[in-house]
Amino acid sequence: MTSTAQRLAEIRGDVPPRRHNARTIAALTGNPGCARRAVLDSAGVDKPKLAERVGFPARFGQSRFAITRGNAFEAQVKADGGAELLRLVAERLGVDPGGPATWTDLGADDRPGQPGQPGQPDRSARSRAALAAAAPTGVGDDPAALFDHPLLGLDVAGQRVHLEPDLVAARLAGRFHVVEVKSFPVIDGQADPGKVAAAAIQSAVYVLALRELLAAEGHDPERVSSDVLLVCPRDFANQPVASLVDVRKQLLVLRRQLDRMARIDDLLAEVPAGFTAEPAADPADLRRSLLSVPARYAPECLAACELAYFCRHATRAETATLGRPVREALGGVATVAEALALAAGEHAGEPEQAEAAALLRAAARLRADALAGQTA
Amino acid sequence: MSTLRALAKAQALAAGVAQPVATVRHLHLSPRPLVLVSLAMAGEANAPLAALVGAAPDDARLLIVPQPRNRDQRFAFAAELAGIVLPYLDSFRGVSEAVAVDRGRDVRHRYVDAPQLLVPNPAGVTFLRLFGRSTRFRRPDGEYPVHPAVPLLGRWLTFFAERAEHPGSSALLAMTEALTLHWATGQSAVEDLHLPAVLGWLDPPPGLDGARAAARAEDPACCPPAGPATDPEFDNRVLAPAVAAYADAADDEAARRSAYAELERVLRGQLTPTWELMWRGVGLLAALPPGARVEGRWAGDRDAFTAHAEHVDAGGGPQPRRDGAVAAAVRLHRLERAGTSYAVQRAYDDPLVMAEHRLTGEAFVGDVTLADPRRVDDTGKRPVLRPRIQVVTTEPVAVPVGATLYSPARPGQKAKVVFLTPAADGKTEVVLELSGGMGRGLTAPPGTVPEVGERLCLTTLSDAFLPAGAFPAPEETPWTHGGPPAAAPAPADPVPAGHAPVGPGSDGDPSEEWA
Repeated sequence: MTSTAQRLAEIRGDVPPRRHNARTIAALTGNPGCARRAVLDSAGVDKPKLAERVGFPARFGQSRFAITRGNAFEAQVKADGGAELLRLVAERLGVDPGGPATWTDLGADDRPGQPGQPGQPDRSARSRAALAAAAPTGVGDDPAALFDHPLLGLDVAGQRVHLEPDLVAARLAGRFHVVEVKSFPVIDGQADPGKVAAAAIQSAVYVLALRELLAAEGHDPERVSSDVLLVCPRDFANQPVASLVDVRKQLLVLRRQLDRMARIDDLLAEVPAGFTAEPAADPADLRRSLLSVPARYAPECLAACELAYFCRHATRAETATLGRPVREALGGVATVAEALALAAGEHAGEPEQAEAAALLRAAARLRADALAGQTA
Repeated sequence: MSTLRALAKAQALAAGVAQPVATVRHLHLSPRPLVLVSLAMAGEANAPLAALVGAAPDDARLLIVPQPRNRDQRFAFAAELAGIVLPYLDSFRGVSEAVAVDRGRDVRHRYVDAPQLLVPNPAGVTFLRLFGRSTRFRRPDGEYPVHPAVPLLGRWLTFFAERAEHPGSSALLAMTEALTLHWATGQSAVEDLHLPAVLGWLDPPPGLDGARAAARAEDPACCPPAGPATDPEFDNRVLAPAVAAYADAADDEAARRSAYAELERVLRGQLTPTWELMWRGVGLLAALPPGARVEGRWAGDRDAFTAHAEHVDAGGGPQPRRDGAVAAAVRLHRLERAGTSYAVQRAYDDPLVMAEHRLTGEAFVGDVTLADPRRVDDTGKRPVLRPRIQVVTTEPVAVPVGATLYSPARPGQKAKVVFLTPAADGKTEVVLELSGGMGRGLTAPPGTVPEVGERLCLTTLSDAFLPAGAFPAPEETPWTHGGPPAAAPAPADPVPAGHAPVGPGSDGDPSEEWA
């Protein structure tokens, strides 16, 4: 065990590291500047449990109705050996599939709960072998092939993470395309932008993993297209429709964050020696410990990070907690108390705050005047 | 985010209670608005689950869909909702007034009042927009017939949703936005989307400050979400068993009835807290005096309501799925004009909003120290009345010589900056030449020229009429915008019996496949 791995294990405590999936990896790109989060995620800390222990439980429940609907739609789209799926994908890419595709379900014989589970390493090797053998030649005359539930791997903060996407890798027109089935609707050609963005970054994780797989097997990683396909229900019915999403930007962001996490030693150098995030520890110690590593809370964290409510509470007095635009409008002054003190003219502030202080004083005077009704 | 608003947020956080950012109400508030609190089924494409609807606090009607994935029940819900909304709309079509148009050469009529819909949050507006979209193309005949009121409801909901995008319109309002337009909370814009939290800051219960009240409002166990999204915990623990019990009851009339009553009970429990918050919000808004220009903007809403009612009466078709190029450009232009005018009018109506412009240098307040109300400019062909005044201000003046300024006190008058002179104590002397708003003679009527000692606000913002842009007719759409739309089949073309227009391009979509 390297010293880094040891250090991370100490932080995590006496529990196995929490597994990443595409969703958690995608969430890493949300607030890349946050050291607290980078350390916890690198250590594989059970953040939902941690949040509960420190008294700020996360609220990321999923409705049973949404899950049922998602599964039903996915089953519908993938029915008949993916015939309908192939038609949709080929049509969207504007290519002729040239006959029916082969359908390989790489997760078929060890779905969870089934007897005699062969275990992930075997599946991983099987996925790797199958996808590498099917690597597109780039000329475009490979027959169409669909691979469902491939098990992919990605290095996150020095550990190998296995991803079990509900996706289909489609070999078509000389390239692999990542195809994701999502159950949010596309109404009159438009979908919820937030959901599309989340799906795009998740797909980018798969593109990255698939590219690494091909590269490791000596193939050209560019054979995996950066255009992913989202298959969603059209309008208010259940008919699927495929849309192309370019994830090149997401790939860049993702690579940057993964590189940063790979340099975890730099981050750990800043972390105090006794830092622990073991959920079993005393809650008061945990809170103290967490606060010793700087976070960069922003209201957007509430939708992405399990620890957001804790961080929000800890940064209540900061202007950034009211949102980055508020902080900017207050001249970049860090805390609410300081902004109000500058506005009240209680002190002139640091020399570099002169401009902000003048702005805040003027704002406070105008506000007070207007509220007192002393204007034209 | 203006610095003034940001400062108000900081003050709200420090004080533990929301702070005003307006001194007058910038929207019209109907004496009997139709409040609509709705819930949607998780995972489905805008499938209604339940709604609480009514035009008075004690007149809430509960509509539920016991099996939201059932197509017939969904449209039965739409018909039931139409049974409330359409009579409400019709109740405003009694009395109309004549409005002179084309400089008095013609006259048109508009209703003296108009309906107003209130929903909890922007997601509630989206819900109505999509519900309008999913119902307005339905047909009372053909393969999947619906109640004739359903497509009509869809067209009206679409009308309201489009109106909601129009800056300054009060036809369909999201309560969170209406409240945060007038008060700043001590939380972020993201958190302001949650109505219970906003009201927690505005009106915290005794013994709690705004931050605690808002934090408590975030716990769905003690404060259900304001919709349309439901709380997943509620879905899994309460709703799912209740829906299952209803489905299991099947033909057993007694069991079905009791399952239905149970569904009503649990859904009412999720909706009622929001319903009460909505009316508390209405009460808070009603306590503010309306701004001077609110009535004029509401007249615009009445015009739009009248026009759409006439369009529907005349047998006009439903709104298209997407605007054509010309229609989209015209609409965008209209929204931009409305946006500009709305921003100016709010500043004119409200010194606290004008203060935001004073901070950025677009406006200043000063005292009139000299006035020459009888000054006549006779350098031109004929003499014209051009009084001059001098205003002394302590505020920074960021406008150049030659700029035209306006004063909210006399919106019809222009004031051209003639001289700018720095004076002692950081003051600035501004000499202005006035034109307009003083009658036609060479003597200004009393009160039309500011007098010495008057405190005056001057701004670059103008509430003058913005001329509409010129756009080509749809059939002359330039090739840069896709060219003229493909010739639509003549409306006289009879649709062969049994050949309902089906397929991706058709607006009808009556045979849309259903789960």
